[in-house]
Amino acid sequence: MTTLNPALGSSSPAQTRPSAHAWHRATEEPAWLRRTLIGIALTFLTIFLVLPLTVVLYSAFEQGLRVWYEAIVEPDAAAAIRLTLLVVLVVVPVNLVFGVVAAWAIAKFEFRGKSLLITLIDLPFAISPVVVGLIFVILLGSQGWLGPWLASNEMRIIFAVPGIMLVIAFGTLPFVARELIPLMQQQGKEEEESSLTLGANGWQTFWRVTLPNIKWGLIYGVILCNARAMGEFGAVAVVSGRIRGETNTMPLHIEVLYNEYMFTAAFAVSSLLAALALVTIAVKSFVEWREERARTAQQN
Amino acid sequence: MAIALRQPSVIPGFGITLGFTIFYLGLLIVIPIAGLLLYTLQMSWDDFWRAVSDRQVVASYKLSFGASLIAALINLVFGAIVAWVLVRYRFTGKRIVDALVDLPFAMPTAVAGIALVTLYASTGWVGQYLNVYGIRIAYTQIGVIVALTYIGLPFVVRTVQPVLEDLDKEAEEASAIMGANRFTTIRRVILPALLPALLTGFALAFARALGEYGSVIFISGNLPFRTEITPLLIVAKAEQFDYAGAAAIAAFLLLLLINGLQWWASRRYR
Amino acid sequence: MHAFQPRNFFKTSVAALAVAVAVPVFAQTTITNVSYDPTREFYREYNAAFDAHWQATKGERVNVRQSHGGSGSQARAVIDGLDADVVTLALAYDVSALHDRADLIPADWQARLPSNSSPYTSTIVLLVRAGNPKNIKDWNDLARDDVEVITPNPKTSGGARWNYLAAWGYGLKKYGSEEAAYEFTKKIYANVPVLDPAARGATNTFVQRRIGDAFIAWENEAFLAVEQLGRGEYEIVVPSVSILAEPPVTIVDRNVDRKGTREVAQAYLEFLYTDEAQRLAGKHFYRPSNPAIGAEFADRFPDVNFFTIDEVFGGWKVAQETHFNDGGVFDRILREINQ
Repeated sequence: MTTLNPALGSSSPAQTRPSAHAWHRATEEPAWLRRTLIGIALTFLTIFLVLPLTVVLYSAFEQGLRVWYEAIVEPDAAAAIRLTLLVVLVVVPVNLVFGVVAAWAIAKFEFRGKSLLITLIDLPFAISPVVVGLIFVILLGSQGWLGPWLASNEMRIIFAVPGIMLVIAFGTLPFVARELIPLMQQQGKEEEESSLTLGANGWQTFWRVTLPNIKWGLIYGVILCNARAMGEFGAVAVVSGRIRGETNTMPLHIEVLYNEYMFTAAFAVSSLLAALALVTIAVKSFVEWREERARTAQQN
Repeated sequence: MAIALRQPSVIPGFGITLGFTIFYLGLLIVIPIAGLLLYTLQMSWDDFWRAVSDRQVVASYKLSFGASLIAALINLVFGAIVAWVLVRYRFTGKRIVDALVDLPFAMPTAVAGIALVTLYASTGWVGQYLNVYGIRIAYTQIGVIVALTYIGLPFVVRTVQPVLEDLDKEAEEASAIMGANRFTTIRRVILPALLPALLTGFALAFARALGEYGSVIFISGNLPFRTEITPLLIVAKAEQFDYAGAAAIAAFLLLLLINGLQWWASRRYR
Repeated sequence: MHAFQPRNFFKTSVAALAVAVAVPVFAQTTITNVSYDPTREFYREYNAAFDAHWQATKGERVNVRQSHGGSGSQARAVIDGLDADVVTLALAYDVSALHDRADLIPADWQARLPSNSSPYTSTIVLLVRAGNPKNIKDWNDLARDDVEVITPNPKTSGGARWNYLAAWGYGLKKYGSEEAAYEFTKKIYANVPVLDPAARGATNTFVQRRIGDAFIAWENEAFLAVEQLGRGEYEIVVPSVSILAEPPVTIVDRNVDRKGTREVAQAYLEFLYTDEAQRLAGKHFYRPSNPAIGAEFADRFPDVNFFTIDEVFGGWKVAQETHFNDGGVFDRILREINQ
């Protein structure tokens, strides 16, 4: 990786060898150390990442494909999968729009109270999921402040789908915004300003100038937001009511199966989420790779 | 009002974007959290203090903060090594390894908890071999640390990686030209440049670990005073209809974290 | 194999849709049963039986939505607005909370159905590993230093409260004083390495993770473990005395009146007392409250020297306040163990 300095290479051969050697020593680690470091990194990742993933996939398919398939299409499991997809379809777009809008306001303008706003956006990240659930039960539960009013208007939020969406929206709010804010701050606003000076309107500027610049951060943010929305457990457990086939999301259904001693089925549904995690990661790597290639093509 | 608040700019959309941001944040974040804080204000100071300083609760803080700290430190050291290896070295399968780092972000915590306990219980894939030496991981404080290390793993790697990629090689080369050996260069040139990213990653991993619930409850023994984390205690209090107690502990943690967060935000987006 | 033909596919889809729309011939009512952890298998079968019964008598289908979890947390959810038509929980205290905290049911709810509103009963037994390697015969063996005991947390699990009270009751009878019973119970809890939040988690810990030498369990859970989770791997030890556990049921008046489901909900609970349902309960290892049906299962359920919560503890309310509330006896036990 380290390129030899051409200036050094062009000096007389008698001098080059020792100094190149010294140069290597000074800008690179010795081979044994490299190998050790790679070994440490791979061991660490194997213990903490590969093994758990292997457990999930192995246990899911241990008893064959048919058992796996039956666990997935079982009506309660299918309902949990549908509910999870529905929640994600609502929550992720909303938080995507929020993330872009908030990043625009924060990165492109200077105003007072900005750091407070950023703190508020980061806040859900620091709050325990179970506290999120608790907050909404206190506010909207039938013993809570808004509960009686909601009940008298026949509106069901807690222990129904809207409550699940609410806590998941809360928990995943920062992901897109957090990816975009530093990115857009770093890119500055010169490009947008020149586009506007050249006569483009605000929308055109956003679509043609800003969006291409933030595309990769945006996708990464959406991917993280989506993954977290699908996997949220603690907050949903508090507000879901665990009605089978109706308010059990996939993670809750996995817990249910686990508690019914149906371990293979529990791991089968888990394997879906794990597969989704892998697809997520694959998409992300692909985006990165495209980006990298585009960059090198530009440079050449 | 907006005009008075901000510096003039040709870029449009300030009013509407800021307005929407504040509206959405207010509805989803500020009002609910204010609700929680108001709820605890209904308690008398003595009740509040008793709820947050009970011996069992304090024991859970110790475990939650201690285990989160250790897990974040493990991630700091190994995360830095992983990031270094991924950016600086070539080896087969590097791209796959790089992609896998995001797994804890994408894998649901409950799934992770079940997988980890399957591995590390004394009958588990790994646990049975450790058990021979009398090492128990599942249902001990070590189990809590293992789960928290898992969920915090990507943070340090992902904050350090881009900084390391952008790091100017010239500074290292200059250092080498001036006769510094590799160790000195790493200590004096590379490490200082990485320090803010390392700290950010550490803080993120720590904050995430502190609130974690789903993965920990499966692998921790949940014993009060010994392996009970604070989020579990909050849930247990709520299940016993003690919303006031649960809200008090939640609010107490929240205030601590908001302070920490603000400190961090002020450093991060100066 | 023919190539995929969009037009055929379209036709088939329309036909499938038409069938799907036309299928529900019967009108359908939906009710929600909020229950505790170990009743899953029983109610799955019972709901099908009740659906058939209701269809035969009323010509209407009943879809019963089930919710399972720790008894206390399920009661909390109903109080906070979970739309339960009936609750079938682990203990009367959790049901009474529906009256005390949200006025969802009348104060005299427990007198509305036969047998204290408990269509099936159970008791607390000890589950040990095959061959009983630690030679556990009775409650006092759980207090030995070389025994690890698995039981869930009585603060969050209803079953665990029965466990605790059964142990306490034994201590009281054997050693004669409250102080001795306290010391005895404390010794047992000092032997607990994992305190799961709910009963099912505790079973998993004992069975799946092989932690502990003895598992204090609902009789029905113990049977389930012996019969289904690992034949020949576990043995049930019936202690010399144990508590009569009565899991009660009730309709949630406020909810059924609002939704207009009182009739079907009431019938759903009354059907629990029929011979058919009593046999189902016996099949799922609950003791039928009807003595005649109970006799059919006599070889399955050994005679146990029972005491009731009213005799020994003066009822659930007193027991809860003395032992399980914050600052109660159980908290003191935990505190002293961890001094």
